[in-house]
Amino acid sequence: MQTPKTRRVRLATSAMLALTLATTAAACGGGDDEGTTADGKVKLTVATFNEFGYEELIEEYNAMQDDVVVEQKKAGTANEHQDNLYTKLAAGSGLSDIEAVEVDWWSALMEQSDAFVDLSDPEVESRWLDWKTEAATTPDGALIGYGTDIGPEGICYRADLFEKAGLPTDREEVAELFGDWDSYFEAGREFVEKVPGTAWYDSSGGTAQAMINQVEYSFEDEDNTVIAADNAEVKEVFDTITANAGDGLSTGLTQWSEDWTASFQDDGFATMACPGWMLGVIEGNAAGVEGWDIANVFPGGGGNWGGSYLTVPAQGEHTEEAKELAAWLTAPEQQIKAFEAKGTFPSQVDALDDPALTGSTNAFFNDAPTGEILAARAEAVPFIAHKGPKFADINTAFQQAIQRVDEGQESADEAWDSFLADVERLG
Amino acid sequence: MQPVGDTGASSVSPTGSRSPRRQQRRDVEDRPAWRQRLTLLDAKVTPYVFVSPFFLLFLVVGMFPLGYTAWVSVHDWGLLSGQGEFTGLENYRRVLEDRYFWNALRNTFSIFVLSSVPQVLIALALAGLLDTQLRARTLWRMSVLLPFVVAPAAVALIFGNVFGDRYGLANEVVQWIGLDPIRWHVDTLASHVAIASMVNWRWTGYNALILLAAMQAVPRDVYESAALDGAGRVRQFVSITVPMIRPTVIFVIITSTIGGLQIFAEPRLFDTQGLGGADRQYQTLTMYLWELGWRVRDLGMASAVAWLLFLIIVVFALVNLFLSRRAGSLKGLSRKGARR
Repeated sequence: MQTPKTRRVRLATSAMLALTLATTAAACGGGDDEGTTADGKVKLTVATFNEFGYEELIEEYNAMQDDVVVEQKKAGTANEHQDNLYTKLAAGSGLSDIEAVEVDWWSALMEQSDAFVDLSDPEVESRWLDWKTEAATTPDGALIGYGTDIGPEGICYRADLFEKAGLPTDREEVAELFGDWDSYFEAGREFVEKVPGTAWYDSSGGTAQAMINQVEYSFEDEDNTVIAADNAEVKEVFDTITANAGDGLSTGLTQWSEDWTASFQDDGFATMACPGWMLGVIEGNAAGVEGWDIANVFPGGGGNWGGSYLTVPAQGEHTEEAKELAAWLTAPEQQIKAFEAKGTFPSQVDALDDPALTGSTNAFFNDAPTGEILAARAEAVPFIAHKGPKFADINTAFQQAIQRVDEGQESADEAWDSFLADVERLG
Repeated sequence: MQPVGDTGASSVSPTGSRSPRRQQRRDVEDRPAWRQRLTLLDAKVTPYVFVSPFFLLFLVVGMFPLGYTAWVSVHDWGLLSGQGEFTGLENYRRVLEDRYFWNALRNTFSIFVLSSVPQVLIALALAGLLDTQLRARTLWRMSVLLPFVVAPAAVALIFGNVFGDRYGLANEVVQWIGLDPIRWHVDTLASHVAIASMVNWRWTGYNALILLAAMQAVPRDVYESAALDGAGRVRQFVSITVPMIRPTVIFVIITSTIGGLQIFAEPRLFDTQGLGGADRQYQTLTMYLWELGWRVRDLGMASAVAWLLFLIIVVFALVNLFLSRRAGSLKGLSRKGARR
């Protein structure tokens, strides 16, 4: 039998419950106000990965006008960013207003060009290097990406470790040591004998990537037929890198892994292939370590690794404002500022001649004239390697095969066979 | 005398040839009032009405995706390119021919065994300990659930670092003991142990609390009579507690089977590549499904893997149920026997 007190308690409890449920439901059913801030301004998100050097630029943009508030979303690795991009593209919603895309998977995304806004504009015509703009133009003539940076490579090295091994430490002297890959690896073998416990280069995968970028048609032909299995140049890169597995030249770590990041702090290795955007990464991972420098040389002459575009997904709410922001961010002046912040080398024609670029130095890298060095390296690039739609996937399989040899899970021949099986599986 | 349920209106007999009293009784039997009909309906239908919201929701959120996945799996379906042509069981054939499927299956079972078996055993022991007269009992019981509160992704990232091959904390401890560093990310078994330890860390407390709740429903007088007969604490635990909470143990085993065969977050975030290692040493079936769907971008094959996984889980759960029933029942000590 319900006493008056029991009834009151029950009433109170049900009232509380109802209130809680109502509040929770209200909280869950919140409206979509992501495109505008509280005071009605347009809010744009720029999604990047690694280090684009946009932190100060975005603050500048926010300060210089009143209608738009910009935020940056940084993914830790290019892989994470790519996964997110594909997932949200397939879902049809959820992408940021501006999405950065790296050149390795650019071809695959060009096949979905109607998911991106046509960014053609007479104002930005001939702003970039020809090959950069060409790669971003669809067969119908729509320009779907604004170029940000390119990746001319030098060799970054630890001058203090070179000294221990009796190698020259001056930038110019070091530049004479590494004319080709053979002399680079030879110097490495000498180094690991003199400095045990430290490897020569940061990862087999990174070095292999640098070598593959020097092959014009590596995994795919001009018409994008997969030739990875029969390509002698690819096999040569594979054999060279895996031959080094026993010599101690490689740290044996996967690039971008946690251990790889920690190895910067632990004298894990002495050199690495260094495109412009890697400068910011090294500075971040090796904070507090002294002795880093960059030499104006690259084995094999020159090479380009990476470089990105900014795209505006068509599913966004504020594509006009996003297009304006992308045009501003990729203007020569802004890209030079990004270069000074994080080393992302400009792809804009006007920036390459700008004294602000050619005169810039990087304090972390022993005050090296990075602008001048990378400009010289960019000129030494003989061609841009062709990357078709399957490049990123086949490259992943290639890197995994090399890693398996490093880890001792398969011999070089077995790993090559597995790689061929993987290529076939990818179709 | 008014017949029950009669609204008071005079009853008119259909035939008009019976005695008044028998007529009245007949009327009651012939024509139950609408309220009685409603009561009968109420008793029959209301239980279904009360459970229907769940089933309706399940139909929308559970059954429909199951059916749609089956639909996708019989087509050529790309992630961005969408629906292609009908291919029948071609996707299933390709999956069963892919060596990475069998590799992922082996990995999944290995991680499952390494995680579920210790989990249930330790949870049983923990629950048994928590059931005793400890001081600050509530504190112990609540803190056992703390690992469950941490987001799985955060756990995976941190454990991935702790189990770093070269610079991880785990290897520092191992070397301090005097052993060689273990290659947690390279060796297959070591990686399975590391991932299983993440899963155990998270779920043992949760399962322990479920088992504890079941243990507290065991009548105490059974323990008293066992103690009088000379049974020690361990003997009491093994012979009384465990058989009496058998349904709950079965539930725990089945839920950890279902969860264990679907492990995704922990191995995915164990390294930064997300493919389960250079040789796919710790790629589970769900990771393989994800790779097919979002890296290779073949949703048809991914859906085929999803359905195969579903069937594998059903078979496994049934096998587990069968084994648990048999293992849990001791001769002469069924639940009825214990109550006597």
